[in-house]
Amino acid sequence: MTTMTEAKTIQVYRVYIRATPDAIWTAITDPDWTDRYGYGGRAHYELRPGGSFRLLASEGMRAQGVPEVAVDGEVIEADAPRKLVQTWRLAMEASLAAEGFTRLTYEIEPLEGGVTKLTITHDLTDTPVHAGLVAGEMEDTGAGGGWAWVLSGLKTVLETGASLGR
Amino acid sequence: MDDDDLVFKALASPVRRFLLDLLFARDGRALVELESELEMTRIGVMKHLRVLEDAGLIVTRRSGREKLHFLNPVPIRLIYDRWIDKYRERQVSALADLKSELETKG
Repeated sequence: MTTMTEAKTIQVYRVYIRATPDAIWTAITDPDWTDRYGYGGRAHYELRPGGSFRLLASEGMRAQGVPEVAVDGEVIEADAPRKLVQTWRLAMEASLAAEGFTRLTYEIEPLEGGVTKLTITHDLTDTPVHAGLVAGEMEDTGAGGGWAWVLSGLKTVLETGASLGR
Repeated sequence: MDDDDLVFKALASPVRRFLLDLLFARDGRALVELESELEMTRIGVMKHLRVLEDAGLIVTRRSGREKLHFLNPVPIRLIYDRWIDKYRERQVSALADLKSELETKG
């Protein structure tokens, strides 16, 4: 994929996972879980309004030049296991850090039959490099497939216990 | 039908693929805007959007009085990862690769 016609300012991603809302909440907020899918790294949340969020690079990532704090932000709303609103910024590289914070919302809704709907709404207003990255536009450079890839991995790890792409 | 059946069925229509193309070019559009790009009745466009939504390829959001349509690529990604992408190894290197790519460009 090459560059898009314009940066997508609001992006919405949805996945249906055969798991409980609690299991999904844990997979998003527990560092032992966040290291098992997507970009990996250990998420550290203070789950209250104004609390800090940091995604710490794993040893393997650090060995390849990623700084300790790969992503940072602040919790705006934490309503376990239904809704998490936070700011979110890739702090690991100067041009991304300079774009400033985006706003990320996770919504978790149980359906019938043991299936749970997870929706991510990412407000990327005025952060075009972030927008391209989370849309997966830089995947051909090895930079991961953005939210679609992350959510695919999250579903796989919760439903099968197996990690994708590692 | 399972989830993949719904996705393949939704993608089997050129009109529905065109609707996804429109949202790929610019996301978050209202029905009236999508409708203006097609020579079809409003009811017809709504039916196609409904099939896409049932397959999970579109997610709708209310914004004031409008219902906005967003392209959701996750179901396609699930199909891709199932058969194509399984054996690639890259997780640990993804952020490092991104960093070096941006620094090269910078």
